[in-house]
Amino acid sequence: MTAGTASLVSVTDLSIAFPTGEGVVRAVDGLSFTLAPGGALGIVGESGSGKSTAAYALLGLHKGTGAAVSGSVTVAGHDVLAAGDAELRALRGGVAAMVFQDPLSSLDPYQAIGDQIAEVYRVHRKDASRRAARERATEVLDRVGIPDAARRARSRPHEFSGGMRQRALIAMALACEPRLLVADEPTTALDVTVQAQILDLLRDLRAETGMGLILVTHDLGVAAGTVDELLVMKDGRAVEHAPVRTVLDAPRETYTRDLLAAVPRVNVRRTTGVKRPSAEGPGGGVLLEADGLTRTFGSGRKAVTAVEDVSLTLRAGETVGVVGESGSGKTTLGRMLVRLLEPTGGALRYQGRDIGGLKDRELRAFRSELQMVFQDPVSSLNPRRSVGESIADPLRAAGRLGDAEIVARVRELLERVGLDPGAYHRYPHEFSGGQRQRVGIARALAPEPKLIVCDEPVSALDVTTQAQVVRLLGELQRDLGLALVFIAHDLAVVRQVSDRLVVMRNGRIVEEGDADSVYERPGHPYTQGLLAAVPLLEKAEAAA
Amino acid sequence: MTLYFLRRALGAVAVVLVLSAVVYVTFYVAPGDPARLACGPRCNTEQIRQVREQLSLDDPLLTQYWHFLQGIFVGQDYSTGTSVLHCDAPCFGLSYQNNQQVTDMLVERLPATASLAVGAMAVWLSVGIGTGLMSALRRGGVTERVLTWLTLAGTATPVFISGLLMLMVFCAYLEWLPFPTYVPLTEDPEQWAWNMLLPWVALGLLESAKYARLTRSSTLETLAEDHIRTFRAYGVPERSLVVRHALRGALAPVIALTAADFGSIFGGAVLTEKMFGLPGIGQLLVDATQKIDLPVVVAVVVITGAAVVIANIVADVLYAVADRRVALR
Repeated sequence: MTAGTASLVSVTDLSIAFPTGEGVVRAVDGLSFTLAPGGALGIVGESGSGKSTAAYALLGLHKGTGAAVSGSVTVAGHDVLAAGDAELRALRGGVAAMVFQDPLSSLDPYQAIGDQIAEVYRVHRKDASRRAARERATEVLDRVGIPDAARRARSRPHEFSGGMRQRALIAMALACEPRLLVADEPTTALDVTVQAQILDLLRDLRAETGMGLILVTHDLGVAAGTVDELLVMKDGRAVEHAPVRTVLDAPRETYTRDLLAAVPRVNVRRTTGVKRPSAEGPGGGVLLEADGLTRTFGSGRKAVTAVEDVSLTLRAGETVGVVGESGSGKTTLGRMLVRLLEPTGGALRYQGRDIGGLKDRELRAFRSELQMVFQDPVSSLNPRRSVGESIADPLRAAGRLGDAEIVARVRELLERVGLDPGAYHRYPHEFSGGQRQRVGIARALAPEPKLIVCDEPVSALDVTTQAQVVRLLGELQRDLGLALVFIAHDLAVVRQVSDRLVVMRNGRIVEEGDADSVYERPGHPYTQGLLAAVPLLEKAEAAA
Repeated sequence: MTLYFLRRALGAVAVVLVLSAVVYVTFYVAPGDPARLACGPRCNTEQIRQVREQLSLDDPLLTQYWHFLQGIFVGQDYSTGTSVLHCDAPCFGLSYQNNQQVTDMLVERLPATASLAVGAMAVWLSVGIGTGLMSALRRGGVTERVLTWLTLAGTATPVFISGLLMLMVFCAYLEWLPFPTYVPLTEDPEQWAWNMLLPWVALGLLESAKYARLTRSSTLETLAEDHIRTFRAYGVPERSLVVRHALRGALAPVIALTAADFGSIFGGAVLTEKMFGLPGIGQLLVDATQKIDLPVVVAVVVITGAAVVIANIVADVLYAVADRRVALR
């Protein structure tokens, strides 16, 4: 930690407050840190900790938004908070460049990627010709590993894959050779193998150009292998700031220790829930059986097969984890298992009866036994209905209980998932993300199902909330004897809940087996690649 | 692209066909006896019978509709008892009032309406998008509040009030402009423009309020998008943000609305036409409806429908040109 004039970034007593309808929200509160030229700092924390808000202040992005910013921010000699519009514009992109989280929405959808980079270049190099700017765009695109950069520079963002878009954004950041790169959750929207590539790229670029890096992330694993120092934030304040190994190996603060404890480990055996004997005799206890399940969307030449020839057996009371990258067909499979989607091929047997081709009317008898928990607890709950009403819906649909009994049952369910039974009349927006997901789970539990398919149930949640929800699912399974299908892209989370594991790729199962043995001795090269790409907290593995 | 266009053109023809069928059935089958209407109030039973025969009203409905379509695509012959009147394609039949060919009547009225539509569109697009952008950029300021009030007042003032005011001020009091009389473009372009100016402004301003509000909200929406934040974070000046990055996305709903409005002026701008004495299609429709001149009514409705459909195809193509993610399939 170099202090004073030599530092690239110097933040002193930074506070940022947003006026809202219900008073002022203090997002950042007295934050101070410095970054030496060429250094790399990770700012970690849960959502709402103020980490992104603080990062935005480095480029003066709060100017004109109504936010009250106080303290001092100096970036490469520029006093950011005092800078005028022209100085700020020169700073942004020229001295400090930002890489955003969602690479699709962060690029102009209407313009060629090369043109967008060239535009930024010409903002900062006023004397550069159009031709020179285009050449620079191609050069940086080539540098970040876009194959055939000269041609691909003419592509629109939607013609790029997620990983290529993130590379393009990094290329834009590089265009004017900034001294500082601020990356705000640069890999959160990406698959684990692509994430590993992007993190490698960031490390290489740092070594090559000597620019400083500030990496904002909620994922301690991502920060662990990329930065030198870690700043842990909570409620707008710095909780702990030390070299990365010190924070990870010997955290001083309780909050940091709790945060680290909540991080699911891909290299640690399952600790939550109770591991069941997966077979109670051959064929015994088989609940759901998929046999050569296939789903094709569209027809003719445009047909896309999302799931192809998948066979899977689910027993009562066990958890099967389904992992795979985006586009691997895991969500389509999950939806078919609860018959939200009709398979176009193969058989789906529930307790011995083929339900794969049943019509909606005939399916009604099975609906209450097969339930689903969705990824986004915000959009999967009707914002205009109270959570109690939402949970009551499947009970009303089943039509077995009277009104009073339904209300009593909903209150019982709310309590069962760890919410206040009095929350019946409250609306989704009054709950936090984790609480909303509990509501989603209560709704799935309402009709007393035998199987719940959870599609990315915790991927929108913070690690500590994630751990709580995973624990809840484990308890419910133990108490109610549910079968769970747990679909997620996060291999570490899946390991912490699964008895068995299914690895999917391009709509097919590439590997299947007892969870621990797949994690410890992956047989398929694809599984090996996936596991190798997971960022680790531990020093030994991180170095390997 | 060509395939897409052909597909859309076929679809458009289908829509217009369905529209024509519905209108035809509604007007010819539902109320009254077309023969009595066509013949006039003083006809006796025998004369009405003759007219029924001339118009083939005793044929099955499907056959009648077939003849109607035939008229549009290949033309038709009408016997008036003593002679045969040939009506070239596209033929919408003969007016009940004066046995004039409906197509001729439409062709006569079309230039005035088309002039009104094109000019008014130019006015509402420039004024609407201009004020919309301005109030989006100056949000929260006095400019925005004033513009919001003006546009609201614009929407709330019917054309027969704003038009009358304009006539009084500019023609009667200030005498800057002549009282509008329609001069065809082909005859005297300059006079055409001067005489059309007030109708354009009156109708254009009325519509522009809607466009200002739409432009404002969609510009603000686009400005809040992530990719705008990206370019702001790279030091791109605010003006370039709007012009180079936000405008394109913001204009998509404006294009869609323009198509619908432009199309519906054919037949729908009655008030404006009446106010400024324009011999347009809207007036024709009103007259025909009052006198239950069925062939004219049907023709105008079909033409208006076709105009809306065509304008929408043009809008879709523009849309796809503006946003290459829109696959033309």
